[in-house]
Amino acid sequence: MTEKKQTDKSILRRFMPLIIFALLVVMLGVGLTLNPRLVPSPLIGKPAPVFELPLLSGEGVFSNEDLKGQLTLVNVWASWCYACRQEHEVVKQLARSGLRVVGLNYKDEKQDARAWLAQLGNPYQVVFADESGRAAIDWGVYGAPETFVVDAQGIIRHKVIGPVSDQKNYDGLMAAISKIKDGKL
Amino acid sequence: MIPELGLFALIIAFGISLVLSAVPLIGAARNDATLMALARPAAWAQLTFVSISYAALTYAFVVHDFSVLYVSQHSNLVQPLMYRISGVWGSHEGSMLLWTLILALWTAAVALFSRGLPDVLLARVLAVMGMISAGFFAFLLWTSNPFERIFPVPADGNALNPLLQDPGLAIHPPMLYMGYVGFSVAFAFAVAALLGGKLDATWARWSRPWTTVAWSFLTFGIALGSWWAYNELGWGGWWFWDPVENASFMPWLVGTALIHSLASTEKRGVFKSWTVLLAILAFSMSLLGAFIVRSGVLVSVHAFATDPARGVFILIFLCVAVGGSLALYAWRSGTVTSTGRFSWFSRETALLLNNIILLTAAAAVFVGTMYPLLVDALGIGKISVGRPYFDTMFTLVAIPLILLLGIGPAMRWKKDSAQRLKKELSIIFAISLSVGIILPFVIDGVLNIPAGLGLAGALWIAITTLQILYKRIKTGARLPLSFTGMIMAHLGMAMFVAGVTMVMTYSEEKDVRLEYGSSYELSGYDFKFIGVKKVAGPNFSGDEGHLEVHDGDKKIADLYPQKRLYTTRSSPMPMTESSVDTLLSRDLYVAMGEPVGEDAWSLRLYYKSMIAWIWMGCLFMTFGGLLAVSDRRYRQKRLSGSETA
Amino acid sequence: MRVLLAAVVLLFQLSASAAPMESYEFESEAQEKTFQSLNEELRCLVCQNQSIAESNADLANDLRAEIHKLLLAGNNEAEIKAFMVDRYGDYVLYDPPFKPLTWLLWIGPVVIFLIGLFYARGFIARQNSSATPVELSDEENERLRELQSELNVSERETSGEKNMKRGKRS
Repeated sequence: MTEKKQTDKSILRRFMPLIIFALLVVMLGVGLTLNPRLVPSPLIGKPAPVFELPLLSGEGVFSNEDLKGQLTLVNVWASWCYACRQEHEVVKQLARSGLRVVGLNYKDEKQDARAWLAQLGNPYQVVFADESGRAAIDWGVYGAPETFVVDAQGIIRHKVIGPVSDQKNYDGLMAAISKIKDGKL
Repeated sequence: MIPELGLFALIIAFGISLVLSAVPLIGAARNDATLMALARPAAWAQLTFVSISYAALTYAFVVHDFSVLYVSQHSNLVQPLMYRISGVWGSHEGSMLLWTLILALWTAAVALFSRGLPDVLLARVLAVMGMISAGFFAFLLWTSNPFERIFPVPADGNALNPLLQDPGLAIHPPMLYMGYVGFSVAFAFAVAALLGGKLDATWARWSRPWTTVAWSFLTFGIALGSWWAYNELGWGGWWFWDPVENASFMPWLVGTALIHSLASTEKRGVFKSWTVLLAILAFSMSLLGAFIVRSGVLVSVHAFATDPARGVFILIFLCVAVGGSLALYAWRSGTVTSTGRFSWFSRETALLLNNIILLTAAAAVFVGTMYPLLVDALGIGKISVGRPYFDTMFTLVAIPLILLLGIGPAMRWKKDSAQRLKKELSIIFAISLSVGIILPFVIDGVLNIPAGLGLAGALWIAITTLQILYKRIKTGARLPLSFTGMIMAHLGMAMFVAGVTMVMTYSEEKDVRLEYGSSYELSGYDFKFIGVKKVAGPNFSGDEGHLEVHDGDKKIADLYPQKRLYTTRSSPMPMTESSVDTLLSRDLYVAMGEPVGEDAWSLRLYYKSMIAWIWMGCLFMTFGGLLAVSDRRYRQKRLSGSETA
Repeated sequence: MRVLLAAVVLLFQLSASAAPMESYEFESEAQEKTFQSLNEELRCLVCQNQSIAESNADLANDLRAEIHKLLLAGNNEAEIKAFMVDRYGDYVLYDPPFKPLTWLLWIGPVVIFLIGLFYARGFIARQNSSATPVELSDEENERLRELQSELNVSERETSGEKNMKRGKRS
């Protein structure tokens, strides 16, 4: 009896490395399908951060209170950002589809930003400028473009990191929006 | 034409590697000497064709053949010759080609230097190495063809990443690959031994020198890489715990455990199956490193441009090579019995402990590196693991390792008496501890316990090591080179510990804004900012600052840090070239920040205490390893082996 | 040069930009130490795995400035870390907090060490207690002789030492 136990143990010991390795391979395999650069936002499910920023157009300010009332996309962009240019057509199309889209102009020169919009078209209901990038820190922004979905109560529901023109990002965004509309999220 | 020739040679080499992996094995199974004898010429032929392929790619770089996609991406018309040659391994495809070249070199070297090896064993070893080669050739040909052409041919290329345009970096990957790939020899010997079902000490005897050489290269490569990062990244750091650095450190730790356990297996016939497992593990770590660097699963500063297809391929290869050998291990290792007997208190036990500690260190690096991936893969969050984690873990590992480094080598094989050892070592222990603790006080006037303990550790290793050396010399016996090598490597560890301790406890850094003519005092040194002038190189332009460093009234150094802008790339890239004044006792290090207003710059000033000892220690370890393999023992054995064969 | 640098930023918003590094003033040395260690422990999110201290990226500059401001406003290290985690999540910390998610990370190596010791103990005990003295095969005997001749230097020396000690005692 004890001898048998002994051999069982020794077999287990010999197979241990293989078992550990198999687990590792599974992990690496799953890892390959992930993007290590995507960082989920801890702000999801929380109210949009308090802010008050001047409008790009000049007079007036925009604050987190102004986000409330209807579902809103907050698109973080800048004229120096190449990927923002790539996603711009899709942002325009989203605005045309009836969504309320507002722009957070991130660390930009006002003139450059205005010229950029004049050239490429302005889909935003309002654009507010965060020249110092301080408000963006509160939003957990770490680069442009980023897009937040804020519901009518002013709660952040979804965040897209990178251009919304990317198919995966776009699908994720649409799924989130329809869920909110159905009251599921 | 030449690039096609290179590709063609690569395909032929792939074919040869397939032959090499199959025919000698069949020969070994049927005991057919003719088939087994094929292994040697096949190894040579494989080396010849990879060399042709490699030469073709180098040629394309040297003559600016921008019709080759890889060349056009990593070289341009103004790139200096040196960086055109090193540009070959500047990115994924070429560095993989270098990897296969080095693998073929090792294979041929085994064929050359193993004249005394039993034919069956040699056939198996070379076949296993052929299989590994075949895997990498397939990887190159299917996912990473370095000879791919582009049309239309660009007039000029996109230069090599300026980070890589530094002499230290130019030779660091080949050294690292010599190490990574070198572990494949021990791996091949282990697998061959498992295939033969005979795990006696023979395989350990044969694979030991190969492992030590590979380990020496790896040590040197890692040290060079660290030195390069220190000088080139401009942040004054020498180790960043980046996944890619960790990918080189894990095989080093396992390899270090392996050379110690090989010693026990060879000398005393103990830990046989454990050593086999370690040999498999060391090379597996090299492969895992390749996966980490080339698949993009982890965010790293140094990772190559990544492609999921490559990740999938390496993962499959990893499954076959590592999974296969571990399965073989599970199947075959049960038959092993250790012949050597040893008591609780013996050199064997010390070496076993050494292995446990080193593997724990490797496990800490492994867990820390892979944990973010694990958490992400399970979809339960996203975390980072960095310096604080690794520093904590390595402080914990260092304590038993340092203690053991003093005790282990002084112990006798089989059985030793605790009484004897206590008598021998307790004085040394007391001396190192008290001198170590007092040293900072003597130098600095302030007691610094962490620094004191670190220095005590370094002294402990150094004195105990020198004492065994002294005892050996006293007997009047000839000092075997393998013994001298061990002494040297352990002294290297002492230097390394001293360096790390001092850098971590006595360094100072400061971000300052300096106007021309003004100065700043750091750690008692006066850094005077003289001015800035424009500089230009073949492929960059930039600013060069000039600082004078004074110690009291005496000028001790002129430093010329540069801020370069490499303009020849499609996206200009700023680079910081730090300027360093090195003494054994300290480095003074300046890196340029940015101009702030007229006639003023922001600068980063560093005082790094005894940082040179870190790399000096690594050099000692490297030479210790090389010394050990030059021991006559190995050559004699080859002769005596061939007599019996 | 500044124009070119601006061009870099324009082209690649994710790559490191080169805004001037501020040199910060502090109220105390302790505060400066906290500043440095915070910079080293917080991850620069846009970078390829660098801390805020090691990066020239725009966001790293902004975060350094923010940390400095928070420090001067009287916040301690933990509060500033919490500030960052609230905005960027645990990912921003290079020093992952000890919680169920990271138990395995922090305990894992220790467990591995203990398992290693446990197995080593078992191994030594087993090979010590195995009653049957191992019979050496011919081949092994030959190997033993070979080893002994190889080790004769050290053997001689150890026996020499023993003899010396014996000599002293007698």
